[in-house]
Amino acid sequence: MSSPTEQPARTLQASLPSSLSDYHAFIESVLEQLEELGWQRSDLFAVRMALEESISNAIRHGNKEDPAKRVAIECKLSPSRFWVQVTDEGAGFEPSAVPDCRCADRLEVPGGRGLTLMKAYMTSVRYNACGNCLTMEKVLPAPSG
Amino acid sequence: MATPQRLQINESASITVIHFKDQKIIDPVAIQELGQELFDLVEKEDRKKIVLNFANVEFLSSAALGKLITFEKKAKRIGAELILTNISPEIYQVFAITNLDKLFKIKDSEADALAVL
Repeated sequence: MSSPTEQPARTLQASLPSSLSDYHAFIESVLEQLEELGWQRSDLFAVRMALEESISNAIRHGNKEDPAKRVAIECKLSPSRFWVQVTDEGAGFEPSAVPDCRCADRLEVPGGRGLTLMKAYMTSVRYNACGNCLTMEKVLPAPSG
Repeated sequence: MATPQRLQINESASITVIHFKDQKIIDPVAIQELGQELFDLVEKEDRKKIVLNFANVEFLSSAALGKLITFEKKAKRIGAELILTNISPEIYQVFAITNLDKLFKIKDSEADALAVL
């Protein structure tokens, strides 16, 4: 049960084209709303990173920038919680098969860091069975005192 | 070299100091242009001592990190020294999460970098 002072979640939905240049306005609108809800700079950085990496992955790797395909996004925002689901129209992938970019022998490989960054910045990151739908959540710790 | 669109480049006592013009390095076209401007410094202009100053950078995506990694490899290939400086705590965390703080030489300030080059 939410506390009496907790505001109800705001919901944002979008169907974005598969273009790497056309999704940043949506990210800015999410960040503006979180800022209105009192989110601080470092947490906004974390949400920006998660949205940037998840949407660009969906466009680049999921939909392969096919203009006939879309990326569906739903966000739920509250003063203490950010939830997002990003769904592409691709065939999906197996997240556990993505090599760990942090290994010494992969440090000089230019790609493959998005998933590591999302996991680091979000409280939870999970894919559906086929790997074309990503759900992430960031829950802020309760204020002390 | 054509006038760079994404970088501000200063040459001082054989050391090339580079500032990024973009505060957020996320747009794919900007990242492509930025990468090419960096690559030209080592591949066409043979710069051997390079400081990348991140003071202006508020955010960068993993695609931007990829360009920096390719630039580091190209610089290493020609024997150039590369030092990153003035990285904000948020951006430094990105490097630390991905272990890239172990790949790149990082100093707090431009002065610290100039002192060792």
